[in-house]
Amino acid sequence: MTRKPRGRDERSPLSSLALHATLVVATTIALFPVVWVLLASLKPQDAIQSTEIHLFDHPTLENYRRVLFETSFPHWFLNSVVVAIFTMVIGISMSATAGYALSRFNFPGKRGVMWLFLITQMFPVAILIVPIYTIMANLGLIDTKASLVIAYCSVAVPFCTWMLRGYFDTIPPELDDAAALDGLGPFKTFWYVVLPLARPGLAVTAFYTFLTAWGEVAYAIAFILSDKNLTLGAGLQQFVPRFNPQWDLLTAGAVLIMLPASLVFYFAQKHLVAGLTAGGTKG
Amino acid sequence: MSTPVVFDAATRLYPGSTVPAVDRLDLEVQPGEFLALVGPSGCGKSTSLRMLAGLEDVSSGSIRIGDRDVTHLRPKDRDIAMVFQNYALYPHLTVGENMGFALKIAGVAKSEISTRVADAARILDLERFLDRKPKALSGGQRQRVAMGRAIVREPQVFLMDEPLSNLDAKLRVSTRTEIASLQRRLGITTVYVTHDQVEAMTMGDRVAVLKDGVLQQVAAPLDLYDRPANVFVAGFIGSPAMNLGTFAVEDGDALVAEARIRLPRATTDALTTGEVVLGFRPESLERVPAGTEGAFAVEVLVVEELGSEAFLYGSLGAKLHNPQLVAKVEPRSVPAKGSVVHFRVDPERLHAFSTTTGEALPTA
Repeated sequence: MTRKPRGRDERSPLSSLALHATLVVATTIALFPVVWVLLASLKPQDAIQSTEIHLFDHPTLENYRRVLFETSFPHWFLNSVVVAIFTMVIGISMSATAGYALSRFNFPGKRGVMWLFLITQMFPVAILIVPIYTIMANLGLIDTKASLVIAYCSVAVPFCTWMLRGYFDTIPPELDDAAALDGLGPFKTFWYVVLPLARPGLAVTAFYTFLTAWGEVAYAIAFILSDKNLTLGAGLQQFVPRFNPQWDLLTAGAVLIMLPASLVFYFAQKHLVAGLTAGGTKG
Repeated sequence: MSTPVVFDAATRLYPGSTVPAVDRLDLEVQPGEFLALVGPSGCGKSTSLRMLAGLEDVSSGSIRIGDRDVTHLRPKDRDIAMVFQNYALYPHLTVGENMGFALKIAGVAKSEISTRVADAARILDLERFLDRKPKALSGGQRQRVAMGRAIVREPQVFLMDEPLSNLDAKLRVSTRTEIASLQRRLGITTVYVTHDQVEAMTMGDRVAVLKDGVLQQVAAPLDLYDRPANVFVAGFIGSPAMNLGTFAVEDGDALVAEARIRLPRATTDALTTGEVVLGFRPESLERVPAGTEGAFAVEVLVVEELGSEAFLYGSLGAKLHNPQLVAKVEPRSVPAKGSVVHFRVDPERLHAFSTTTGEALPTA
């Protein structure tokens, strides 16, 4: 009996099994917490803390109703949306323009700027909170959404600038030359030629900046004092004080937090297409 | 309505460099002329073109288009269009939008844009592709779109930076003639950069040869071929290249291997040293029987038979600048490899150059 020769792209059954087993384990590890929170959010309060574990136990939407109508959750949600969207818009505008400048122009201090952006990434939030808090206090911005937007931008902009600069570097500079001859100044070149081609890079940075602001807890707890100005990350903490945590509210809130993030990701991934610059140049 | 272009001692010195990329370039392009700028890579031909386009700063000197001094104008204010080596089409726009983009930016009415785009598309046979994106086109079609984008502008000057170098050999030859005839039809002054001297010779009304940022010679293609101003131009123009060698001079004769080649009086008078650089093109060599006066022996190494012509590569008893001597021979009766044949240089077509300056010496 002769075995059918394997094609170059075919795996042996054993390696196929090992591969799929690994993937299944990894997927389970990734999904388990999310699924568990989702299932818990549908259980009544006593069932969540019960020592007997059931996947479903009197499924109900009661937790969601209470979170939405009996707590400040909607308020926090709105605050988070405002903060995240402002962080996203301001962060992207700043990092895209800075990234373009770093990619295309030579100016004194260019290397210094890039190093600075890299180095600021190396400080952990715990160290930065105190000095930034002092700055915000001096600016009179404590307990405002603006303080959070500024703090989040300081985290997101350097990283996004590096990332977008890398993306702009892949767009052939001849296109800038062609645009210059077609009558565009530097800013219009950026707007009409470079940005449309950088859509995948912009989508990723948009998602990143959004996430930076959306689930953030440390800055939010430090800068925001009043309940009405809290964002989601900070607000949800109130559901789990040291004693008597309200897991029912927390899990329902956690599920609701995931929705906008998924929505933003859904729109962002549509733009994650390869080969946008294909065909423009050859060589 | 055609416009002249003038480079007046235009120099480009890159920051941090001491050697100018383009050194005091003086060049006048006549109205409606097709000027080919040719030279080896790194000779400054592309830099010159980009200086004219406004993509590269002019360190000193000036550039004029028509009667306007454009030296420090921005590219968009120069009324020029450029075809790039890699085409540089906007990938996110359709062919039609690519061609009409400059007009749209200039605020030209939509109806006018579509007429002009349609006209250019008809000339270039692109009508079927107007709604496609560049990536759906072949290399040749993209090249035509790049041409179309320039034509639609109706500029005063066309600039072309090696527009054919990304096409395959066959397409390059046919596109070469298309571009040349299109340019003649439109009558727009054109500066065309290429590293390929065949392209330069076949397309240009005149050819400018650059080396190390310095203009060597500007002349009509045949003038360049027949009367190269110096050793560099002599060796660069012509394919296969001219045979060049440095030989001792004795009693008015150049000693080429065992042969003595009589130099014209004018040449010997102009000599400052006891040596001369002689140049003779492959077709200036005449096959003669052994023992003929002025004949030298050549051992045949390779014969390239191309059907209509044949080139013999052989070794001479004297050193040449190139390792081998090239001679054009009768294609239907080529000598065998390894055999020894004798050649004589047609004295009318002998080029002589100074060994010190490389400049051409008078031969008559």
